[in-house]
Amino acid sequence: MSVIAPPAPAEAAPAAGPARRPGTARIRFALTVIAVYVAAAVVGPVLLAYDPVATRTADRLLPPGSRTSDGGLAVFGTDQVGQDLLAQMLQGARVSIAVGVATLLLAGLIGVVVGVVAGYFGGFLDGLLMRLADVQLAFPSILLAIFIAALLGPSVVNVVIVLAVSNWVTFARVVRSQVLTVRGREFVDATRTLGAGTWHVVRRCVLPACVAPVLVVATVELGHVILAEASLSFLGLGTPASTPSWGVTIANGRNYLAEAWWIATIPGLALALLVVAFGVLGDALRDRFDPRLKSL
Amino acid sequence: MLPAPDRPAAAPRHPTPLLAVEDLRVQFRTAAGEITPVDGLSFEVAPGETLAVLGESGSGKSVTAQAVMGLLPRPAGRVTGGRILFDGVDLLTRPAAEVRALRGPDMAMVFQDPLSSLNPVFRVGTQIGEVFRRHRGASRRQARAAAIDLMKRVGIPDAAKRVDDYPHQFSGGMRQRVMIAMAIALHPRLLIADEPTTALDVTVQAQVMALLTSLQQEYGMALVLITHDLGVVADVADRMLLVYAGRAAETGPIREVYERPAHPYTAGLMASLPGEQERLTPIPGSPPNLAALPPGCPFHPRCRYAVDRCRAERPPLRAVAGPGRAAACHRAEEVLDGA
Amino acid sequence: MAAYLARRLAFSVFVLWGAVTIIFLVLRLVPGDPALLILGSDATPDEVAALRAQLGLDRPLLVQYGAYLADVARLDFGPSYRLSGDALGLVLERVPATAELAVVALSLSLLVGIPLGILAALRVDTLTDRVVSVFSLIGQSTPSFWLGIVGILVLSRTFGLLPSAGTGSPAHMVLPAVTLALPFLAILVRLTRSGLLEVIHEGYVQTARAKGLPERVVLFPHAIRNALIPIVTVVGLQFGTLLGGTVIVETVFSWPGIGRLLVDSISHRDYGVVQAAVLVIATSFVLINLVVDVLYGYLDPRVRLAGRA
Repeated sequence: MSVIAPPAPAEAAPAAGPARRPGTARIRFALTVIAVYVAAAVVGPVLLAYDPVATRTADRLLPPGSRTSDGGLAVFGTDQVGQDLLAQMLQGARVSIAVGVATLLLAGLIGVVVGVVAGYFGGFLDGLLMRLADVQLAFPSILLAIFIAALLGPSVVNVVIVLAVSNWVTFARVVRSQVLTVRGREFVDATRTLGAGTWHVVRRCVLPACVAPVLVVATVELGHVILAEASLSFLGLGTPASTPSWGVTIANGRNYLAEAWWIATIPGLALALLVVAFGVLGDALRDRFDPRLKSL
Repeated sequence: MLPAPDRPAAAPRHPTPLLAVEDLRVQFRTAAGEITPVDGLSFEVAPGETLAVLGESGSGKSVTAQAVMGLLPRPAGRVTGGRILFDGVDLLTRPAAEVRALRGPDMAMVFQDPLSSLNPVFRVGTQIGEVFRRHRGASRRQARAAAIDLMKRVGIPDAAKRVDDYPHQFSGGMRQRVMIAMAIALHPRLLIADEPTTALDVTVQAQVMALLTSLQQEYGMALVLITHDLGVVADVADRMLLVYAGRAAETGPIREVYERPAHPYTAGLMASLPGEQERLTPIPGSPPNLAALPPGCPFHPRCRYAVDRCRAERPPLRAVAGPGRAAACHRAEEVLDGA
Repeated sequence: MAAYLARRLAFSVFVLWGAVTIIFLVLRLVPGDPALLILGSDATPDEVAALRAQLGLDRPLLVQYGAYLADVARLDFGPSYRLSGDALGLVLERVPATAELAVVALSLSLLVGIPLGILAALRVDTLTDRVVSVFSLIGQSTPSFWLGIVGILVLSRTFGLLPSAGTGSPAHMVLPAVTLALPFLAILVRLTRSGLLEVIHEGYVQTARAKGLPERVVLFPHAIRNALIPIVTVVGLQFGTLLGGTVIVETVFSWPGIGRLLVDSISHRDYGVVQAAVLVIATSFVLINLVVDVLYGYLDPRVRLAGRA
C-alpha cells in the first residue's frame, strides 16, 4: 500500500545536475606529450638523418652538448660509433611507436573478432575461446614473447606478431563482456525482429558500444606494448640492430656505462616519459568512460 | 549472560524528549556542486515512543538518520546548521569519540539491505558478539553465548548451530533479524530502522515488523521507523513525521494526521491511497530537484492550495490543530477543513 | 571448497599441457629447419641430417608429439648443446638463485606496496594520495632494464655503494631485488588503493561504524579483509610479470639464475635448455597460481562454503 516511490538503496546523497567532465586536464597533458613524440618520430628522422651503418670514429662517445667534427651540435651526445644520439633516438621513436601501433592494431583486431564471436554466439564457441584466453593468461606473456622471438629471430615483423599474440586477450575479454551487455538489450531484439541479419546487428548495434572500452584498453596496452618491445630489443630479441629501437640503443650503451653514461640513460628517460603519458591518458579516459574497467 | 544495564524496562512518559532535532541542516559536496539534502528539519522523539519518518526517495530521511548517528560520509557530507540533542546534550558539539561511544549502548541503527550491510567474511556470531567484546569487554566465549541468546530472541531457529554461519548462508529475512540482533544487543534507548523491510518479501516484512514492535515493547526503546510505506506504519507508530525536500511538512500523532491532514502533501498522499474513495488521485507533478529548488515553499509547484505567498515565503513549521501537531503550510487551516 | 580446488587443479594441469604443446608446436612450425637453427648456419649437411634423425624430425607430426610428450613426462629434455650436462639438470641448478631473488622482491613489494596503497586510500584525493599514485604510475612505466642500468650507474659506479654484478653477499642482492620489485610494487599499490576505496563504501563498513567500533577496527579487519580478496587473485596473475622480470634483471646484473641461463641459451641456440627453462618457469607460475587459488578459497567464505542455505 505504498504511494511514495520506493527509495534507491541507502543513497547518501541524491544526484544533482550534470557532472563536470572528469580528467580533461590530464587528457590534454598526456595527449600533448604523446603528440610531441609522434611529431618527433615522423618529422625528426627527416630533419636529423640517421644512417645505421655509418661510423665516425672521430666523434665517438662525445658527451651531451658537444660539437661534432662537422660542426653540428650533439644535443644528447654521440654513441659508440660516433652517431648523434638524438638522431638515433628519433629513429628509435619511429620504430617503437610504429611497432606499438601495429601490434595494437593486430592484437585489437584479433581480440575484437574473438570477443564479438564469443559474446554474440555464446555456447560452445564461447567456452572454447575463453578457455584459450585463460590458458594464454595463465602463461606469463613475456615468457611467451621471449620464446617465440628466440625462435623467429629479431625482426620488426616478428616482434609485432609476438606481442600481438601476447596481448589480444585483454581486448577479447573487454569486448566480450560489452557484447554480452548489449546483446541483452531490447533494441537488439527489436532490430532482429525487423528482420536484420546477424552481420547488420553486429555492425550497427554491437560494435559501436565497444568503441569506448576498446579505446581505454588500447591506450593502456599501448604503453605496455612499447615497454615490452623495448625489453625484447634490449635482450636482442626484438628489432634488429639496424633498426635501432630504444631498447637496442640502451643495450649498446650498457657496455659504455663508465665512459658514456648518456647512451644508456637518455633513451630510457624518453621511453619512461612516453609510457607514463600513455598511462595517464588511459587512466583519464577510463575515469571518463567507464570506471568499471578499473581492474585492468 | 552479561549484566544488563540498570534501566527500567518500560520508560514512563517524560516531558524531556530522548532525541530532539532542531533546525538540522546537512550539506554534501558533490561533483556537481553543493547540495542540501536536509534544510531546516526539526522533530522530537520521546523515550519509548515509535516515530514513523515518511517521505519520498531523496527527501532526506536517511541522511537525517546518518546525521543523528554521526555517520555522515566524510568529507563530502557535513552538518552545517541546527542541533541534535540526545538526552539534552547537543551531539554536534561533542568530540567524535564521545558520539562513537554512544553508538551501540545508547543508540543503534538497522539498515535497509541486510546482504550488503553484513560483512561477508565474518561469521554471524562474531559480528553480533563484537559489540559485547568492544563495549563490555566480554570474552570470546561470553560474547558467543550472548550472540546465541540474541539470535534466539529475534527468532532465528537452531541458533546454537547457525551462530557459526556466514551471512550468505541465511535468507533475506533471517539476515535482517541478525542485523536487528546486532543493533539491540546492548539495549539501546534509541533504535533507528532505515527501511528495514523494503528489501524483503512481503510475507517476511510483516514478521520483521512484528519482531521490531515486540522488541520495542520489551526493551522500552524509542523506535524511529524510516519508510515510504504509509500503510505498514499506521498500526505500529505513535507519531509520524512527513519529510519533503529535506524539510518537515507535517508531524503529529499518526492516526490524527491520517484522518485530518494539515498539509497539502499529506492530504494528497491520503487521497492517493486505495481506500474508500472511488478513484485514486495521484499527486500531480514530479519529485523536487534538490539542486534547483523553487523559492518559497518547495511543494508549491504541485499544490492546489498554492497562492502567491507560498511562492515567495517559505512556511515555517508551526503548531496547528490539536496538541503535538505541526505543519509547514501557510494555509494549513484550510487544508484541515478539507477545503 | 573441494569442488573448487578440483576445478582449479584440473585447470592447472590443462594449462601445463597447453604450455608444453605450444612449445612443441612453435619449435616445429617455425619457418626453416629446426636442426639447422640449432646447429647454426655453419653446420655441415651431415651434422644437420644426423640431428634431424636424432630429434625425429622426419617422422609424422603426431608421432613426434607423442614422443615429445613421453620425453616431457620422463623429464627428459635432452642434453645441452653448449654446456655439459642435461638440459633440465642445468636449469634446476639455477632455480635457487632465481627463487631467492623472486622471494626477496615479492616480500619487498608486499611489505611496502600494501601499506602504501592503504595509506593512499585513507588519504584519498590529498597530496599524499597524489604523490603515491604518481610514484606508482612511474614505477609501472619505467623499463626495468633501464632502471637497473641507472641503478648500477649511480649506486655502483658513481658512489661505489653497492656491487653491480654477481652474488655473494646481501649487498649484491639489493639492486637486483629492488629493480625486480619496483613494477610489481607499483601495481600492488594501485590495486590495494582501489580495492580499499571500493570496500570503504560498502554497507557493512557503515554497519561497523554504527556499532560504535573505533575507526581502526572498522579498517582492520572489517574493510581490509574484504579488500584483500580480489587483490590476492590479481597478485597471482601479476606474478607472471615478476617471473618475466627475472629474465631481464638477471641479464642486467649477471645474476646466475634461470632467466640469465635462458637468455644465454637463446643467443647460443641451445634449444634443449630453452625448452626446459621455459617449462620450469611456466610450471612454477602455474603452481603459484594454484596456491593463490587455495588462499582465495580460504579467504572468501562464499567460495569455501558455496551451496548451503
